[in-house]
Amino acid sequence: MKRREFLQSMTALAAAPMLSAPMVWSPARAQSRAETLLFVTEAGPNNFDIHGVGTNRPGYEVSWNCYDRLMSHGVKTLADGTASYDRDKFVPELAEEWSPGDMSITFKLRRNATFHDGTPITAKDVKWSFDRAVTVGGFPTFQMKAGSLEKPEQFVAVDDHTFRVDFLRKDRLTLPDLAVIVPAVYHSELVKKNATDKDPWGLDYTKTNIAGGGAYKVTRWQAGSEVVYERNEDWKSGALPKIRRIVWRIVPSAGNRRALIERGDADISFDLPNKDFAELKAAGKTSVVSTPVGNGILYLGMNCKNPPFNEVKVRQAVAYAIPYQKIMDAVMFGLANPLYGGEANRASSLAWPQPHGYATDLAKAKALLAEAGHQDGFDTTISFDLGSAVISEPLCVLVQESLAQIGIRATISKVPGANWRSELLKKELPMIVNFFSGWLDYPEYFFFWAYHGQNAVFNTMSYQDGAMDALIDGARKAAAEGDAGTYATDVKGFIDKAFAEVPRVPLFQPYLNVALQKNISGYRYWFHRQLDYRSLGKA
Amino acid sequence: MIRQIGKRLATAIPSLIGVVIVTFLLTRVLPGDTAAYFAGPAATPQAIAEIRKTLGLDRPLPEQFVRYVADLARGDFGNSLTTGQPVITEITTRLPASAELTLAGLIVSMLVAVPLGVLAAVRQGSLVDHACRIVATAGVSLPVFFTGLLLVYAFYFLLGWAPAPLGRLDIFYSPPPQVTGFFLIDSLIARDFEVFRAALAQLALPALTLAIFSLAPVARMTRASMLAVLASDFVRTARASGLAPRAVIVTYAFRNAMLPVVTTLGMVFSFLLGANVLVEKVFAWPGIGSYAIEALIASDYAPVQGFVLTMAVLYVLLNLSIDLAYGVIDPRVRIEA
Repeated sequence: MKRREFLQSMTALAAAPMLSAPMVWSPARAQSRAETLLFVTEAGPNNFDIHGVGTNRPGYEVSWNCYDRLMSHGVKTLADGTASYDRDKFVPELAEEWSPGDMSITFKLRRNATFHDGTPITAKDVKWSFDRAVTVGGFPTFQMKAGSLEKPEQFVAVDDHTFRVDFLRKDRLTLPDLAVIVPAVYHSELVKKNATDKDPWGLDYTKTNIAGGGAYKVTRWQAGSEVVYERNEDWKSGALPKIRRIVWRIVPSAGNRRALIERGDADISFDLPNKDFAELKAAGKTSVVSTPVGNGILYLGMNCKNPPFNEVKVRQAVAYAIPYQKIMDAVMFGLANPLYGGEANRASSLAWPQPHGYATDLAKAKALLAEAGHQDGFDTTISFDLGSAVISEPLCVLVQESLAQIGIRATISKVPGANWRSELLKKELPMIVNFFSGWLDYPEYFFFWAYHGQNAVFNTMSYQDGAMDALIDGARKAAAEGDAGTYATDVKGFIDKAFAEVPRVPLFQPYLNVALQKNISGYRYWFHRQLDYRSLGKA
Repeated sequence: MIRQIGKRLATAIPSLIGVVIVTFLLTRVLPGDTAAYFAGPAATPQAIAEIRKTLGLDRPLPEQFVRYVADLARGDFGNSLTTGQPVITEITTRLPASAELTLAGLIVSMLVAVPLGVLAAVRQGSLVDHACRIVATAGVSLPVFFTGLLLVYAFYFLLGWAPAPLGRLDIFYSPPPQVTGFFLIDSLIARDFEVFRAALAQLALPALTLAIFSLAPVARMTRASMLAVLASDFVRTARASGLAPRAVIVTYAFRNAMLPVVTTLGMVFSFLLGANVLVEKVFAWPGIGSYAIEALIASDYAPVQGFVLTMAVLYVLLNLSIDLAYGVIDPRVRIEA
């Protein structure tokens, strides 16, 4: 190309966008802005199917909004005026009504409900979906088991619109477990068509395709960048959502997420860091909602299998040496429910989590340590997951400082996210800072995973005690049989024991923080800690 | 010419084989258990073992390697577990995003740094020279994420001139049909000037951030090489013959000073392409650097291997094109080769 021609063409290129400038603010675009909701989070989905291998939390959110379950939860207003799901109230979703029997429950499905492609949803699809959940292994199977849903024979398609679940045993958690994310209803014919011999349940297909009949459809997805949803206009399993189009953008930088919400460009910023939340609240330009995470505790765990923490007195000494208030103020900016400073180390009610009786008392801690024969202290390490460094790192530094005063010399070990789970499974780390929350908000559920001698991965302390197991099993049995008296004694019993022997020291119950523009309504807290688009509205 | 290219490519084959082996081994040696990570928080040891089996991680290393190479030969880079997508599609969508950003940054940087370097050399010790030094030092000592956040704060948050830092396009535009993967070029091909404008607006701040960072090496290299050329005999002769200073500097000195500058540009480009993770994070840019980092954190082998391999191929091609550019700039290089 000649130099002169080249220069001429470049000038033309540069001039072109200027000519088109007036087109930018077209009225159609302003219209669609009013009907579109933009929300930003730190991470995006890796898989649309909660039955898939390694589906992450944002993936659960896609599943929740694009698939239907038989039942869902009602809504209640919390003491601070914000809305939350109601643990005790079930409302129809795909099932119009249900009738619980003694050892089974029968659901009547909606007759007009269809999948996104128009195929009617039948009991056959429900049965196939539940069979899939209990068979594929991994997380879905595990979660179904938590509600005593274990075998395909338990699920019976009576006719096209009648579906029955037979109980293996009485379990109070069966019904709630049918309303979590896992028992979603899939388009069985569509998935089967796309299944292969190697992948009989079609997990590869549902990874990036929605095979459901939920309120929203995914219309565009770029991994790690954005998800765009369109409303399903034919949704029958609830009131038609108000927002037509949802755009979910992944913005890794917390500072920018905050700038976007403050400038009014993003409608919702989900899962905010505490510091931003506190400052946004003070600024008052956006509405901010913060809800305690149900059945969730951030704790300091000690390895009960190995010395020195196999001794109760050493663990109690640590519990007296933690700078609880400093952690609340400096790390959490006051945005958490304190779980310390109760009147005594005894259960005051059946609620969980509830505060224990330990408070910062270094003299007492020193005395206990001396009684255990460790008057000169010892060396140990505190480990935390690097993925949660925003909270865990300053927290560990404060604990380290405080432990040094009673002679425990702790070094801090930061474990990268990919290693954290395998390290937890080994159960060799002497001291860890970790978070656990149960979807099903019942104390015996929490204790079954976190304190029971079955030694699940969540029992990160390897705490094993026959009497504790008896109390937990007793409470589960009493709950299933409706024996309120025994249930109360057992629940109080295991809480007392957990406080007295402190294999883990509960520090606080964190909040889930969300910032919304003032014209956004209908936000609800959900047990799964993800966003439900169906109730949202934009004025 | 073609024989020369063929020869150069042939010499690159052993290094590519080396890269394949080393990345495979490195990802296996890294601490972290993929299966435990993807089994989710609720995993039992059995569940982890099951996942390890489905991922083929329970097989002996040589067997895994053979399978990996066989897949590679068929053009299959494997699947990413974190994003759930085939690695090859991810790389083909993300590489143009990074390349567009890096190129734009480099062009801005060149437009500023080369004249600045030339001026600084011509007027050595003057105000321009000092300004060049200060700009270069400041540019290289400010971390990119800091410059990025600062620009966002000033131009988006305070002034409102720049669009929201939300990646390559505002949410109300759809990407143009893919031809090159560069939104600026594709939107022009599609004659969609609205999208072109939107993409350009999104690109401005991140490109500026990168430009500020890469200013220093380019400006300093231009200055140093101009100084050397200006002190050489032929420039003295040209000056003595009474040529206009402009002709001496632009026509004679500059062209001869270009060689090391092009080398530096090539190096800066290949370095930035993989290393602008922080800029990508700040501007939510769906680039290849952030993709590799996220995969690394999750012990997700396939994308890491795919990334390193792509980068290696890119380096080979880049070095080749730089060598070819040498020949155009300085015929002596061509003769030697």
